[in-house]
Amino acid sequence: MAQSPMAQTMSQTAILDRSPAEGDEQVAPALKVRGYWASVFYRLRYDPVTMFFGAIVLLIVLAAIFAPWLAPFDPYRESIIGRLKPFGWKSHLLGTDELGRDLLSRLLYGGRVSLLMGVVPVCIATVVGGGLGIVGGFAGKSVNTAIMRTMDVFYAFPSVLLAVAISGAMGGGIGNGMIALSLVFTPAMCRVAETATAQVKSLDFVEAARATGAGTLTILRHHILGNVLGPVFIYASTLVSVGILLASGLSFLGLGVRPPTADWGLMLSTLRQSIYVNPVICALPGAAIFVTSICFNLVSDGIRAAMDVRM
Amino acid sequence: MNAISPTPTPIGPPPPAADFERDRGGPAQPLLIARDLRKHFKVQGGSAAFVRAVDGISFTLFKGETLGIVGESGCGKSTLARLLLHLLRPDSGELVFDGDTVAEMRGITVNALRRQVQMVFQDSYSSLNPRMPVQDTVAFGPYVHGKSKADSRAVARSILSRVGLDPDLFGPRYPHELSGGQKQRVNIARALAIEPRMVILDEAVSALDKSVEAQVLNLLRALKADFNLTYLFISHDLNVVQYISDRVLVMYLGAVVELGPVDGIFSRPLHPYTRALLGSRPSMNPKQRIEEPPITGDPPSPINPPSGCRFRTRCPFAEPVCEARIPELGAWTDRASHVAACHMQVPGSGHSQALGHG
Amino acid sequence: MIKYIFRRLLYAIPIAFGVSVVCFSLVYLAPGDPLQTILPSDASADTIAMVKAAYGFDRPIPIQFLKWLGRVLVGDFGESIATRRPVLLEVSGAMSNTATLVMFAVPLSFSLGYVMGAIAGCFPGRMLDRAITGTAVMGVSVPNYWLGIVLVIIFAVEMMALPATGMGANGSTAFSVFRWSDDRFLVLPVITLSMVPIGIIARTTRAAVAEVLNQDFVTTLRAKGLSEFAVVRHVLKNALPQVLAVMGLQFGYLIGGSILVETVFTWPGSGFLLSKAIINRDVPVLQGTILALSMVFVATNLLVDLLQSMIDPRIRRS
Repeated sequence: MAQSPMAQTMSQTAILDRSPAEGDEQVAPALKVRGYWASVFYRLRYDPVTMFFGAIVLLIVLAAIFAPWLAPFDPYRESIIGRLKPFGWKSHLLGTDELGRDLLSRLLYGGRVSLLMGVVPVCIATVVGGGLGIVGGFAGKSVNTAIMRTMDVFYAFPSVLLAVAISGAMGGGIGNGMIALSLVFTPAMCRVAETATAQVKSLDFVEAARATGAGTLTILRHHILGNVLGPVFIYASTLVSVGILLASGLSFLGLGVRPPTADWGLMLSTLRQSIYVNPVICALPGAAIFVTSICFNLVSDGIRAAMDVRM
Repeated sequence: MNAISPTPTPIGPPPPAADFERDRGGPAQPLLIARDLRKHFKVQGGSAAFVRAVDGISFTLFKGETLGIVGESGCGKSTLARLLLHLLRPDSGELVFDGDTVAEMRGITVNALRRQVQMVFQDSYSSLNPRMPVQDTVAFGPYVHGKSKADSRAVARSILSRVGLDPDLFGPRYPHELSGGQKQRVNIARALAIEPRMVILDEAVSALDKSVEAQVLNLLRALKADFNLTYLFISHDLNVVQYISDRVLVMYLGAVVELGPVDGIFSRPLHPYTRALLGSRPSMNPKQRIEEPPITGDPPSPINPPSGCRFRTRCPFAEPVCEARIPELGAWTDRASHVAACHMQVPGSGHSQALGHG
Repeated sequence: MIKYIFRRLLYAIPIAFGVSVVCFSLVYLAPGDPLQTILPSDASADTIAMVKAAYGFDRPIPIQFLKWLGRVLVGDFGESIATRRPVLLEVSGAMSNTATLVMFAVPLSFSLGYVMGAIAGCFPGRMLDRAITGTAVMGVSVPNYWLGIVLVIIFAVEMMALPATGMGANGSTAFSVFRWSDDRFLVLPVITLSMVPIGIIARTTRAAVAEVLNQDFVTTLRAKGLSEFAVVRHVLKNALPQVLAVMGLQFGYLIGGSILVETVFTWPGSGFLLSKAIINRDVPVLQGTILALSMVFVATNLLVDLLQSMIDPRIRRS
């Protein structure tokens, strides 16, 4: 019986098999193999735009943290005669507000509140929403439907409206504002996590892990989580700039901190009355919000580009 | 661009001696018996129809052999593979592994089954976790089955060297830093890391270039001998199946149509479908051209397979009896049996050509 | 197709129900006795007793919800604590004013955003693309209330060209779109409101167009000899469904974002009504406005989904 065509070919390639070990992969020097996060940072380092704005973000955050040491004046000290003074008046670098308080100091202190109210809800939403999304995406079917339908109800509200509604009904204040914003961000986070988890779950290596005999928790921890945290983290970073905008918006409407606490949105609202007197000063808190938001936005875009490499 | 690396002599500890403790059933007991496995998937969208992916498959897998399973796309091969590992639960039917029924009261658990049977997947981009270095992927199996992290790592490294990948060079690498052939070696290493007795290879070489495919097939042969394995080799490529198998099982639309030793199947196919499949292979000889298509028409939908013999709509020998009764596969007794599910093979079935084949 | 419409409508019902549940529970979020939140502080004992019975505050919460739902469905949203007028009247009046703003903001932002994004997507990497993308990023990050203030500073305070606040010199009731003297009041609020949607739509369109341009069928079209203009038409048609989805969401943003912009410009729309209600702790108005606005959003999403299914045959078939 004739040899199969395959066997004929195989006997010819067998010659190649038996040649001495010239495979260059075997003798080449070991590559410097980078871990995944290390390679992300490596790519970021060569992205000047992101690095630049990242530095600005860092400056803003540091300025907020070290406000008590950096602020030249007491942000609560009022002065009847020194109201709405222009730049540079009596060493008030950025002038004074409508109650005579130093604007620069209030901006620095205001940064603490605004950043806090923007970042904390995102963190809460990531943990709660992300957790729910992973559970739903992995469990599938009825559990998933129940979770996602509930989230859909909150999704049916425009975010500003929902934040204002919850915060307004609860009576305002910084705590209620953070609760409201967390509730606004959780459904979005949940959706992102659920999509990512469902997608990863369908990949072959998860089935291979099941075939090895691994249990659900083990698979979640070793295989699913690592692949899902990427998209979740990217989305969370884009939410931070939205959070800062929304938080300041709530303060602008009077739903954030109470006066006399310094907060960018609240400052914008109280200074509004004075635009005819000293317009530039009134625009400053908003400029702070704008700059912070745009920097966070650009940095998160850069991180997304660095993490999104098709591996 | 990777140079063709030779199949290396194994680096590392010598293969284990024949493990009598693992061989519960003894040499005569078939390693795996599948009886009437059935898996139907409900069709999405409300209609009450089912996709009959696997519709009553029975076969025997003997110890130490390689059983090749051939069939076209959609015939249910991959579903069958997953049923054998209980990655999908069979709707009905029985699975007996080395004398113990799987997932039954007196038999072995699915987890125990998975300690002895492993699967090598097709080298798709998603067959390996992109965030895990290769040695961690391979070490995952032993780790899950109770070994410490350090021991699993050591096992992974030794297995990697057995499949021809230097563990120092390739262990810390990520899947995207490997070529197709190297990734497939990792897949094989992952399957062998927990020392199974049987390996199911689901289209394991289908995605590879021909030269790499040749190396991997040779590697599989060598590993089978070293580790005393039994293979179930699923493929749509007839040449590969002929090269590596001892016996061949031909599937069509969720059912077995022919089963027999590889030489018998390829030289004297009994079932018209097998004959058509083999006839559709182009020859290397330009003088032997195929003038007519050996098989025409599209395969019928697995949602509504034809009554009686499933192949009758495309079979040149179809007769009324083929529509009336489903042909049985016939009894097989040992490795040399060659049977087909065709009325022409059964004397007295009512088919005009039923003479009983030699 | 009809089946899809039917299914989509069916899906909207539980969402609307869920939305009403959330709105209903707003009253209970407020600290203190829910009864006090809906009645003015000087209400007589009789009024209190009457309202208590009508609202069913002594009954279990599900009963209260059903009673509330029944009232809402016939249009009884209660009375504003501040003005003692029926909430329904207040809300509908305010919403028509917001609608005036939105009526102008939508065509402006959607068309401008789409065109900008399409241009940027068709010439990726070039100066025009960078300029547009930069503008879009800024549009997305800007707090719209601050932008309003800045515009007011530039055009009303410094240049005195446009009015700073208000809706029409004679108040909102006499406002007419067809009078330029009234239209002047529209300019700044509409521009402010449009900024963010322009940014988001431009970004999304650019991404969608760039993605479609990369697909193989575009290469095929060019190889067939189609003019670049015809190719672009095909590309824009394919990018449209994705952009429509975002436009629908942006409509919701306009509804929600109007809160802030209307406060800045003292435009007597639903957003302004809402912020007044917050200051006055006027919970019936708060509840009514939010219910009305979110229902509009749900209806808009429904319409957008149906529109999408008409344009994108893939959705119909699924």
